Amino acid sequence: MPLSAYLTLAALVFAIGLFGVLTRRNAVGILLGIELMLNAVNINLVAFARFRPDLGGLIFTLFTIAITVAEVAVGLAIVIVIFRVRRTIEADHLDLLRG
Amino acid sequence: MTSEILGFWVAAVVLVAASLAVVLTPNLFHAVLWLAAALVATGGVFLLLDSPFLFAVQLLLYAGGVVTIVVFAIMLTERLVGESIRQTSRFVFNGAVLAVAVFVGIASFLLQAPAVARPLTTGDQLRDLGRALVGAFAAPLQLLGVLLVIALLGALYFARAED
Repeated sequence: MPLSAYLTLAALVFAIGLFGVLTRRNAVGILLGIELMLNAVNINLVAFARFRPDLGGLIFTLFTIAITVAEVAVGLAIVIVIFRVRRTIEADHLDLLRG
Repeated sequence: MTSEILGFWVAAVVLVAASLAVVLTPNLFHAVLWLAAALVATGGVFLLLDSPFLFAVQLLLYAGGVVTIVVFAIMLTERLVGESIRQTSRFVFNGAVLAVAVFVGIASFLLQAPAVARPLTTGDQLRDLGRALVGAFAAPLQLLGVLLVIALLGALYFARAED
């Protein structure tokens, strides 16, 4: 398959993830959408690393995977704390900081 | 060559279908399971791109670790409230318009790109990867370790029991 096939697939997954982030009310659902978007970026990085023989793309993918795991851990901890305090994880109800 | 094309289409169909299910299914728990399917399909794409090591990392960290953490979080929050979490969507039309616009923008950009020949695999990719991680990328790797420790300590601090 040509490089553009992989990049188009990644763009499609990225757009689907963006749709999820924009439309989900639930904070965990928004996090799942962000996971999809980061995943699409990983496909791009690996595809570029394969078609342009360069190890940098694979190293970057390893780093983004590790950082995503850290992001999910902290994000879900924040969700649990918000749940304890506000008894909801609907993003629309979390407007304490609204001016 | 044909096996690669077949594999690509299978992985692509599974990946897109699972991704759509993640953002569309009303049950949050099912959405996480679909996310696991999407992550495994992404690992299949990595395999097609001759990166078996990244496939293993994807299965271990993403499909294993991330999905487990999210399932735990959902179960904890469900227990706190005592009702199963249904999630509804808002701004579906606007979100769809924006997502399609982003995809069309990227795709039109991709169509202008010149075709690149796929080079043959050379050497042992895993050995080069290991050498690079302790050579040119040694400092970022150490920083990554520090970041992981900080993130896990922060998550523990946030989620600790009130007393």
